[in-house]
Amino acid sequence: MTATVPLGDLFVMLPEFILLGSAIVLLMAGVFRGEVSSPAVNSASIAMLFLVALALLIVPSGRHELFGGSFVVDDFSRFLKMLTVIGSAGSLLLSLDYLTFEKQQKFEFGVLVLLSTLGMMILISAADLIALYLGLELMSLALYVIAASNRDSIKSTEAGLKYFVLGALSSGMLLYGASLIYGFTGTVSFAGIAKAAGQGGIGLIFGIVFLFVGFCFKISAVPFHMWTPDVYEGAPTPVTAFFAAAPKVAGIAIFVRATTVALHDITHEWQQIVVFVSIASMVLGAFAAIGQRNIKRLMAYSSIGHMGFALVGLAAGTPEGVQGVLIYMAIYVAMTLGVFAAILAMRRGGVLVENIGDLAGLARTHPTMAFFMAMLLFSLAGIPPLAGFFAKFYVFLAAIKAGLFTLAVLGVLASVVGAYYYLLIVKIMYFDEPAKNFDSMPGRLRVVLGVSGLVNILFGVYPAPLLVLATAAAKSLF
Amino acid sequence: MNWPVLSVVTFLPLLGALFIALVRGDDNLARGTARWVALWTTLVTFAISLILVFRFDPSSPEFQFAEKHDWLGIASYHMGVDGISLPFVILTTALMPICIIASWTAIQKRVKAYMIAFLVLETLMIGTFAALDLVLFYLFFEGGLIPMFLIIGIWGGPRRVYASFKFFLYTLLGSVLMLLAIMAMYWDAGTTDIPALMHHGFPLGLQKWAWLAFFASFAVKMPMWPVHTWLPDAHVEAPTAGSVILAAILLKMGGYGFLRFSLPMFPSASHDFAPLIFTLSVVAIVYTSLVALVQEDIKKLIAYSSVAHMGFVTMGIFAATAQGVAGGIFQMISHGIVSGALFLCVGVVYDRIHTREIAAYGGLVNRMPLYAACFLVFTLANVGLPGTSGFVGEFLSLIGTFKVQVAVAFFATLGVILSAAYALWLYRKVIFGVLDKPLLMGIKDLGWRESLIFAPLVALTILFGVAPKPVLDMSSAAVTQLLDNYNHALAAAKTASLNADAATTGAAR
Repeated sequence: MTATVPLGDLFVMLPEFILLGSAIVLLMAGVFRGEVSSPAVNSASIAMLFLVALALLIVPSGRHELFGGSFVVDDFSRFLKMLTVIGSAGSLLLSLDYLTFEKQQKFEFGVLVLLSTLGMMILISAADLIALYLGLELMSLALYVIAASNRDSIKSTEAGLKYFVLGALSSGMLLYGASLIYGFTGTVSFAGIAKAAGQGGIGLIFGIVFLFVGFCFKISAVPFHMWTPDVYEGAPTPVTAFFAAAPKVAGIAIFVRATTVALHDITHEWQQIVVFVSIASMVLGAFAAIGQRNIKRLMAYSSIGHMGFALVGLAAGTPEGVQGVLIYMAIYVAMTLGVFAAILAMRRGGVLVENIGDLAGLARTHPTMAFFMAMLLFSLAGIPPLAGFFAKFYVFLAAIKAGLFTLAVLGVLASVVGAYYYLLIVKIMYFDEPAKNFDSMPGRLRVVLGVSGLVNILFGVYPAPLLVLATAAAKSLF
Repeated sequence: MNWPVLSVVTFLPLLGALFIALVRGDDNLARGTARWVALWTTLVTFAISLILVFRFDPSSPEFQFAEKHDWLGIASYHMGVDGISLPFVILTTALMPICIIASWTAIQKRVKAYMIAFLVLETLMIGTFAALDLVLFYLFFEGGLIPMFLIIGIWGGPRRVYASFKFFLYTLLGSVLMLLAIMAMYWDAGTTDIPALMHHGFPLGLQKWAWLAFFASFAVKMPMWPVHTWLPDAHVEAPTAGSVILAAILLKMGGYGFLRFSLPMFPSASHDFAPLIFTLSVVAIVYTSLVALVQEDIKKLIAYSSVAHMGFVTMGIFAATAQGVAGGIFQMISHGIVSGALFLCVGVVYDRIHTREIAAYGGLVNRMPLYAACFLVFTLANVGLPGTSGFVGEFLSLIGTFKVQVAVAFFATLGVILSAAYALWLYRKVIFGVLDKPLLMGIKDLGWRESLIFAPLVALTILFGVAPKPVLDMSSAAVTQLLDNYNHALAAAKTASLNADAATTGAAR
């Protein structure tokens, strides 16, 4: 850890520096100019995220290690960072109209999103347990605050508090697991752990289990999902969109990197844990969502189920599996943003409604919105030829190759059960008699819904770019 | 000329759907436009699909009009037709304009969406029959669920929600297992290309599991007893044109799947599981015919008769004789025309009286002579009277089965008698008898639009009954090759197992 970093090497961290710098500057601007600057700060945050995306494109390709190997920039990290940035920028874009409408324009919002995105990017690049914890905490602390950002709402503050208490608990467990791993392998770096994993023994396994508990909490996989429905329901809707998209990507990223880089040689030791978590998430996500009437709660269970499907690829522990996970997350982010754009457009007489019954007859009152929403729901259900099908296809493909037949069969059966509640929403939109019209959809939401819907419909026509990128990203880990 | 005919036929309806989607408003003008665009799209698609027939070389068993492009990396966009799939493509393109015309006045609400759903469905159905890649096939096969779900759910009868959910989830449940089998096949063979997979020769264990997975999907789609229960519900609730498509084309995907995948790719498993298929087929033929006898709803009766007729198809296919397979294919085409026409017949009276209760009708021949005549032709074809297309298919599949399994053929023949019983009973109840129901007094005979629909269907039913050769010729080369490969693979498997036995006995000694 004593190695000094030549200044030139820091160039690969350009995206992170932009995020850090812009977060600080925007925070100052907000503090000095007061609340009036809030819309400008939040819009500027989006612009900054676009800049970060550009920076991600111009960073030199190949694999770079910084800070004694604790920070890695490779194809894998670039792919996932791009996804997080898209997720963050997308949900910020969704939030602009909402914040104005609800009179909640606060400059802290954009700044906190930037900071938590920075945390995610560190998490994605983390190659040792210290960097992992740093990134995770930076991300989580910002998230706790954003969840409670609607200070005057009991639900929102409850969501923030609940998330904070449970999140702190899981961080503690993760930290405990990390210390056990350090104790039994004598190193915190993933590469070192990989070398020592063979002799780790039962103590290492113990550490891994605690580490996984932390990961599962962050991606809200069963049995550490309990916070999700409450937080999703309580938090302001754009925040929910943000929670559903970006942090999941980062959580899955570190889960994948830790397992494939550090623990690859003892795959058989942890595989059953991931298999169990995956099955439990898929099944619970499918069954628990059926009874939900609040669309945000329903999306919470839906996201639990989707994390289960993403973990199917991870359980395989192969390059194909990682590729499947990456494709899954990319399509998942695209679908999630679109669905939340539609949810944010469920506004009647200036009041946001959240019951799925409020969507009744949407196909007749708002045909375009209903069409895209329906396509996104079919896609979430994994029906071809929509993008969601390809997402599931690649993870199950990997599972079949790895011989995880039970997992695959239970997974596809769970997806049939899951299809039921997505169909239920389509039924409400298309078969039921129309309820009152919604207010006209703000332009930004239209753009997000339209782009996300088109990506979902047309992905099957030209899937090559995402496939190529995901393959390259997966290869860089092995 | 080097243009991709098959892709044009497949995706032209989608283009029409896009065009309709761009039409603004929902007034009479927009509705009219939607109807005309849909009609012209389907007519042009049908015309282009005829090019396929004329340029098709029936003497070659190979896939023709092949197109292949990179697509998914592991799967490619590979399209093509042979003698087995071409008849289904034509059946689809030919029935679509009829469906559009049949919905002309019957559908008055959300016409644009209706036409879009039908055109999208047409693309997906043609694609299913023309796909030469497993993943691509699955895409089309499953994608069809979305428009059909909407068609049943939006324009269906009182219990449409229940029926549409049952249809969707039942079919999806069967198909996801097939998807896993497709993946397992990919890892074994390294490709999802259908022509390549036909010659791959899968290991026995995989063959069994994959066969069962494909069976789960196709048996539901077919539908075979005991997983047929979604069909009566879906048929009864669907709008007339939806029922026609369901009976005429969607059900055929199951039979087509057995022919395209189960038989050539898993020959040993097909051979081993044939008794299972025979049993289920015979049960379907006898049991559902008996069930049909007690129905009070016309559509339900025809739906159960569809299940029974599909029993002949599965039986013929898995008899794996030239006559059986040819009979199965012919039966599917014939049933596509006849059952589609029967549902149209129901639609005619339903549009007038708005009930499907058999008891609500009687004596229609007095007021609707033309209708009675058309209905008679289709009823007799459904019974399998010689001279109609229904006879050829049933007869061939019975002969083909008789060669292999006499008992099966015997029980299946009972079904022919039963089908005469319920079909003629239905005809007597609806058409003959005393015209004493006040509602029926003023009923009008077929209008010109309806006559236009029925004319080609009557002609085809009789034409294929008298001269079935064109259809049989089209598929004969492909069927011959299919069975050659099948028997060859079976013989090879037998020698292999004999050798293995010899080796183990030798080792034991």
